[in-house]
Amino acid sequence: MAESKERKLPAPTPSAETQAYWDAAAKGKLLIRKCTSCGELHHYPRTICPFCFSDKTEWIEASGKGTIYSYSVMRRAPVPYAMAYVTLAEGPRMVTNIVDCDLDKLKCDQPVKVVFKPTDGGPPLPMFTPA
Amino acid sequence: MSIKGKAYIAGIYEHPTRLATDISLAQIHAQVAKGALDDAGLSKNDVDGYFCAGDAPGLGPMSMVEYMGLKPRHVDSTDTGGSSYLLHVAHAAEAIAMGKCKVALITLAGRPRAEGMATGTVPRSRGGTPTPDEPFEFPYGPTVVNMYAMCAMRHMHEFGTTAEQLAWIKVAASHHAQYNEHALLRDVVTVEQVVNSPMISDPLHRLDCCVITDGGGAIVVVAPEIAAKLKRPKVKLIGAGEFVKTQMGGKVDLTYSGARFSGATAFAEAGVKPSDMKYVSIYDSFTITVLMQLEDLGFAEKGKGGKLVADGNLISGTGKLPFNTDGGGLCSNHPANRGGLTKVLEAVRQLRGEAHPKVQVKNCDLALAHGTGGSLGLRHGSGTVILERE
Repeated sequence: MAESKERKLPAPTPSAETQAYWDAAAKGKLLIRKCTSCGELHHYPRTICPFCFSDKTEWIEASGKGTIYSYSVMRRAPVPYAMAYVTLAEGPRMVTNIVDCDLDKLKCDQPVKVVFKPTDGGPPLPMFTPA
Repeated sequence: MSIKGKAYIAGIYEHPTRLATDISLAQIHAQVAKGALDDAGLSKNDVDGYFCAGDAPGLGPMSMVEYMGLKPRHVDSTDTGGSSYLLHVAHAAEAIAMGKCKVALITLAGRPRAEGMATGTVPRSRGGTPTPDEPFEFPYGPTVVNMYAMCAMRHMHEFGTTAEQLAWIKVAASHHAQYNEHALLRDVVTVEQVVNSPMISDPLHRLDCCVITDGGGAIVVVAPEIAAKLKRPKVKLIGAGEFVKTQMGGKVDLTYSGARFSGATAFAEAGVKPSDMKYVSIYDSFTITVLMQLEDLGFAEKGKGGKLVADGNLISGTGKLPFNTDGGGLCSNHPANRGGLTKVLEAVRQLRGEAHPKVQVKNCDLALAHGTGGSLGLRHGSGTVILERE
């Protein structure tokens, strides 16, 4: 069994465009960007929709539920960790980690829920754990 | 307008070193340039087009143009990582077709091994102004190997691809590398050895990964009237394609690569199909890279690549689809962590009949070279070229 362990996480660097996303993460909320012109949601967040190029985009709060699209347990690291793409219940897939679990028992399409992990001097990172 | 028949590869050279402790980066670029020009029967002063990517020291092409004393009237420093040089061959042909140059030199060099770089297992930030994706990726620890591994994991989940099938790709490469005196790894390996090698990032084992080597290579692409005057076998470019595949705003699909589009473009331009190819050079950063690209280029249906690569089918002489007969990145060489240029070199050797006799494909008159640069699981640039012996 490879129990996931806490590891030191580098801080993400917010920009003016993404500050609200990181401010929300600090409050335990996961935001997604939605285009009000074409209705598509996207990730990572942008002010101009990558699908229709409209600038009419807004933040919505995600449910925090999703499934593992794919994952890989990085064994050659000081603390092994699970890299993953999670498909959010709302649709977009995001790069993340799967944490607080037995890393040897992960599976594609497994249900997960969001948790937030502190970083080294920056806003926390949304990660996922088996639901 | 097409590049079909508008340009020829007249000169190639691969640096024999795999550990360049006592050679500078610029020096390797110049040595491979000299080697390829000598191979073509041309001189430095014939060069009027220069192509390089981010492995060249300095801003774009400028420092190397100065170092080598070139006087190009056309330059291009397109960078799609390891596939850049496939794009450079195509862009050189475009420039030649437009009359912008007649003798185009492409160089690649790098020293990751001498520099002790942890190429595949440590997350790397580019530094400077962050890319827009960086805050949403880098803190999670994406490395070269775990992002390719996620493609393999999903491929296995959706299509039932097995570790043993992936291992066959390495086994085939090792069968070829035993004849390459310059290859870093020359021992023939078995499927069992691959799947029992240490797990690096699930499901990729150590022997699913390419080598880390120093060295480089160069290609000289020339106009038809120049090729006609040279004494080398004539290798003609008949089709090319390129594509950049991304996460598509959150609609990422890890089961295919940009080869689906760069390949289709190249085959359409060349007017040939995958089954016409006598030899293929396929970028082999990892075993999964080869399998996915072969599917995407049309050599197997999506999801059936495992069956295509298994049971020695990629081994020259016995298999139906001989690939990477120099041992490729998996066994021979992956200079600068960029394997696209060496893919073109072995395709040219095969078309000239200059591959090692033990791996030379008989009557090799049509070949394909394909590369993926960047990260298969994050965003990558694909380049395909189709070459014909005239």
